[in-house]
Amino acid sequence: MLWLFRRFLVLLLTGWAALTLNFILPRLMPGNPIEAMLARYQGKLSPQAVGALEIQFGLNTHESKIAQYFTYLGHTVTGNLGTSISYFPTKVSSIIGSSLPWTLGLVGFAVVVAFIVGTAIGAAAGFRRGSRFDSIAVPFGVMLSAMPVFWISLLALYFLAFRLGWFPVAGGIGGTQSISISGIGSIINHAALPAITLTVVSIGTWILLMRNSTVSVLGEDYIKFGRAKGLPERVVAYRYAARNAILPQFTAFALAIGFVVAGAIFTEYVFSYPGIAYYLLEAVLSLDYPLIQGIFLVIVVAVLIANFLADILYVFLDPRIRLEGRS
Amino acid sequence: MKAFFSNRLAVAGLAILVFFGLVALFAPIIAPDSPTDINYTPMLGVSAEHWLGTNPQGNDILSQLVYGARASLYVGLAAAAIITLIQLVMGVFSGYVGGWVDGVLATITNIFLVVPSLVLLIIIAAYLPQKSLTVIMFILALTGWAWGARVLRSQAISLRDRPFVEASRMSGEGRWRVVFGHIVPNMFGILVANFFGAALYAVLAEAGLEFLGLGNINEVTWGNMLYWAENANAILLGQWLYLLLPGLCILLLGTAFGLLNFAVDQVANPRLRRN
Repeated sequence: MLWLFRRFLVLLLTGWAALTLNFILPRLMPGNPIEAMLARYQGKLSPQAVGALEIQFGLNTHESKIAQYFTYLGHTVTGNLGTSISYFPTKVSSIIGSSLPWTLGLVGFAVVVAFIVGTAIGAAAGFRRGSRFDSIAVPFGVMLSAMPVFWISLLALYFLAFRLGWFPVAGGIGGTQSISISGIGSIINHAALPAITLTVVSIGTWILLMRNSTVSVLGEDYIKFGRAKGLPERVVAYRYAARNAILPQFTAFALAIGFVVAGAIFTEYVFSYPGIAYYLLEAVLSLDYPLIQGIFLVIVVAVLIANFLADILYVFLDPRIRLEGRS
Repeated sequence: MKAFFSNRLAVAGLAILVFFGLVALFAPIIAPDSPTDINYTPMLGVSAEHWLGTNPQGNDILSQLVYGARASLYVGLAAAAIITLIQLVMGVFSGYVGGWVDGVLATITNIFLVVPSLVLLIIIAAYLPQKSLTVIMFILALTGWAWGARVLRSQAISLRDRPFVEASRMSGEGRWRVVFGHIVPNMFGILVANFFGAALYAVLAEAGLEFLGLGNINEVTWGNMLYWAENANAILLGQWLYLLLPGLCILLLGTAFGLLNFAVDQVANPRLRRN
């Protein structure tokens, strides 16, 4: 439990670091990006909106940087992420609120399915090291982990959606449908191709990690002991090897979820999927800094929560941590 | 070394890497034309003069593809070198010295590990007024070192109390001398594997950023080629090679780095070595 508490502190610290980065970056960058943004939207924003932005980014203000920092922290913690400029006067929080569920569905599906499939393939390859299956699974895993997601998404979009017409070419739901129970078929239909693409490219990392983890566990003495006892291979594989080999998968979770989130940015962009990453790129292209900051923060917080869930699961799976309280 | 060259994956990875290395080195000889020459009719199809056609700016696509190898190799190798340097401090040195220094450095590593690096990259790129391949290479290096640093740190901790390290410490050698004279040589294989892992990350992330239009779109790189191909709807206009080949090159070079990463680990890591 002490271990979990320490993990929680690190994640809390990470959240604070992300907040601080959000504050520092626009003030640190050369060429004053905020003035560029205000210049770009000159005449399109009311003086009040410009004033609010100046306060948010510390322009033309007599407040000290420290005071600005605490005002910013206070605003963010109370859920005030400011107003979007490119979608003025929509609040950043309401754009995030309407786009986040799409991304959570996409990424959640990809993380869970890729983990299960990749871990299973990796375990089978590691257990039959040197076999034909292993010698196919490893290069396959390497290739998937080196796959440019945007490129394979473009190809999938063109061939599977555009040419063959098996999937819709853009969006999260059909134009005539509403987000309700009756629209669920349309939602699944639109999500299918982005979700499949994202899942397939995410499998590679899990295969390689689990394969190596299984190989090193098989060298342990307790495996030899299990075999010497005359246990059936199946029992050795599942109860002795796989249960221990799967543990490093959870410590690698931070790495793997970063990979999936990166992949989601590209899939949402290519498939014009109305998730949070799509809005992030829109915001980047239109210099909408309040929206960029808000989305960055929400992505980091979501990833932190996912990591913490993986940590909790890890504690349940590894009795050493549960009992000793340290890793 | 012998074990390395008898590893099929290692040889395959090395062969692809050498191939792209030669293409990059001899680009002026191989490429039929300058990649920035814009004297041609835009969007020409495949022909005898232009084997892969021309792009919307009127460049010869084959020449761009050949010169693109230079950009990807430069970013991949340079970023991996910087990442390895950062990992030596944040991982190896940190793990070796222990104490509060390690506490601070390991916490920083954990923070960088959890923040998705591509998202961070996009945010930083959004604020940067001027972007070049070198700027992208540096921010890639600054955001992509955490995972390897953690792996190296645990290695350094396991080596710290071995007798030969103890002995060199007793004989009065300084911290950095122990780290570079005794710890690093004993984890050389893992360092090399990490180097290739970092190169894979850098090649993919660079191409990805450029595909999104967040690089310097006037540079000749595979990522930028895909950016222009997508913007010009090349595939709908029948120029599917313009979309297919740059991505295939990224995939192949990335696979080469990934294979080397995996194979070096197999050879160097005693727990994965075949008995």
